[in-house]
Amino acid sequence: MAGNIWIVAEAWRGQVSEITFELLALGREVAGQAGVPLEAVLLGSNARELAQKLGAADTVLYADNAALADPVPENAAAALAQLIKERQPAAVLVPLTNLSVDVGVVLAAQLNVPFLNYCKNLKADGGNLTATCVLYGGKMEATVTASAKPAIIGILPGARSVEQGRSDKAAAITDVAVTLAAPKVHFKKYLDPETADVDITQKDFLVAVGRGIQTKDNLELAEDLAASLGGAVCGSRPVIDQGWLGLSRQVGKSGMLVKPKLYVMLGISGAPEHVEGMKSSQCIIAVNTDAAAPIFNVAHYGVVGDALEVAPALTEKIKARKG
Amino acid sequence: MNILVLMKVVPDVVEELEVGSDGKSLDTSFLRTIINERDDHALEQALLLKDKHGGKVTLLTLDAPDIDDVLFTALAKGTDRAVKICGVESVQSTQTAVKLFGDVIAKTPDLLPVDLILTGVSAIDDLDGLMAAPIAHQLGWPYTGVVTHVTLADKTATVIKEFAGGVRGEYDVPTPAVLGIQAAEKPPRYVPVAKVRAAMKSQTIETVDAPAVEAATTVEVQQMAKPQVTGHAEMLEGSAEDVAGKICELLAKRGLL
Ligand SMILES: Cc1cc2nc3c(=O)[nH]c(=O)nc-3n(C[C@H](O)[C@H](O)[C@H](O)COP(=O)(O)OP(=O)(O)OC[C@H]3O[C@@H](n4cnc5c(N)ncnc54)[C@H](O)[C@@H]3O)c2cc1C
Repeated sequence: MAGNIWIVAEAWRGQVSEITFELLALGREVAGQAGVPLEAVLLGSNARELAQKLGAADTVLYADNAALADPVPENAAAALAQLIKERQPAAVLVPLTNLSVDVGVVLAAQLNVPFLNYCKNLKADGGNLTATCVLYGGKMEATVTASAKPAIIGILPGARSVEQGRSDKAAAITDVAVTLAAPKVHFKKYLDPETADVDITQKDFLVAVGRGIQTKDNLELAEDLAASLGGAVCGSRPVIDQGWLGLSRQVGKSGMLVKPKLYVMLGISGAPEHVEGMKSSQCIIAVNTDAAAPIFNVAHYGVVGDALEVAPALTEKIKARKG
Repeated sequence: MNILVLMKVVPDVVEELEVGSDGKSLDTSFLRTIINERDDHALEQALLLKDKHGGKVTLLTLDAPDIDDVLFTALAKGTDRAVKICGVESVQSTQTAVKLFGDVIAKTPDLLPVDLILTGVSAIDDLDGLMAAPIAHQLGWPYTGVVTHVTLADKTATVIKEFAGGVRGEYDVPTPAVLGIQAAEKPPRYVPVAKVRAAMKSQTIETVDAPAVEAATTVEVQQMAKPQVTGHAEMLEGSAEDVAGKICELLAKRGLL
């Protein structure tokens, strides 16, 4: 394959994000199949020590520029576009996080190539890149060849394990220079979450409600169940969007990452953006009226049924058992 | 203060999806479509801004079965103008949708100028790109995605973008701009059926012919299939009472009660 495999490293507020290591692990495989080097690109300002952590790559291209200190996608995209022009990689793997996705889509627009989205697996065979992409909220998968040069590919969280992408090897860092014009969009500040009434990331027992709960009043059924377990209620995006639960209770891509002992799901379909936030829970029980809901491929135990009936029945049984 | 909203429909995943006979796309014979949820939020955000600042909201969509209901509902909610792009087969590629929208926006009289173009940040069928960034690029306008709040003042949109873990970022985006909306500040408003019927009687949907655009070719679907599952939940069966009992047993066995 002509050109190296690149991964765009995500560093945020002084730390390398875990997804960076997942991309390194996947990129390592693809570069191996293609017989080309794996290169990580780290964009930042005074962030050279973070580049040291990317030893799984053959080379780390580190661009230091004051304009890359804040999350301004057009700056990052402009920097990448320059480096791509100079170095002609075959593929650029971008983390599909809220932080990095805009870097990928702006870059693809600038280069006039597609942004291949929702990729969970990637292979190089012959001169081709074949991606497996998750569509329709996890209900279908498409096998796709990407022939754009370079192929800009958004990689879903969880494509490989973080451990696979960590390395004790000293990173071979190459400093690269980028020139950046003043951006149109101006980053003003971070808004950190207000201290929540309940920290769902610290709870052993969570009852998660989704759109299937149907009304705000029905939330009480989940509250009762959570109380019987000694846990808390959290939710999927639509429940937060409706204003039925506060932002601090959202689990998933834009919300919290939770790993409770028990995660009971009432009427949640199992979209990748939700699953990302809860898949490491020790025991997952999903109640859903749709037997084909993708969540049943993730949960340990499943019930095809009405959450509005199962939740109160379960609350009663638990109460009776606990006495 | 004028806003253009771009909207498309996506398969309703509450229904069972099947692969078509070509093995590469969805079987469309029984496919039910719904508005891309994020686009619905984009429309709501536009209407909220109109409530505050006045101005006009125009909704531009690709033609699809039942799209007129969507457009009349939008008109009943307070959208000023509804335009559909006709003569498009079911558009399977976001790149193609971008070209169609981009071309129509550039060539249809009176769609521009606007202060903002809003569209959903993404859709469940966005295989080869997201809509907002390439549209912004074509127009030479700034872009920001994953937006959950928009405040307008003096040629600047101050927007909040969601990151992760409840952390968000505040940005100033000079207008005109294209924003990819993740969620409106309030859930999309409800409109009674009577008002939609009234809109059907008193208002019209404009149409424009789809321009000829080259199909995108650098992403080629070889195969589409339901995900091969590596694991499946152990299913618990019976009445609500029965499954509640079974769940209780297994929780007790795991030392969770
Ligand atoms: C950039 C981005 C970031 C996102 N971040 C997040 C995030 O952080 N967290 C998140 O959750 N989502 C996130 N999403 C949204 C995500 O894509 C899904 O839309 C969302 O997770 C769906 O929520 P849901 O499962 O509750 O709703 P739906 O997908 O609508 O599912 C509802 C389910 O309830 C079932 N149901 C209906 N009635 C009943 C009943 N009576 N009993 C039992 N089951 C019933 C249905 O069969 C269905 O499976 C994000 C999306 C984007 C684009």
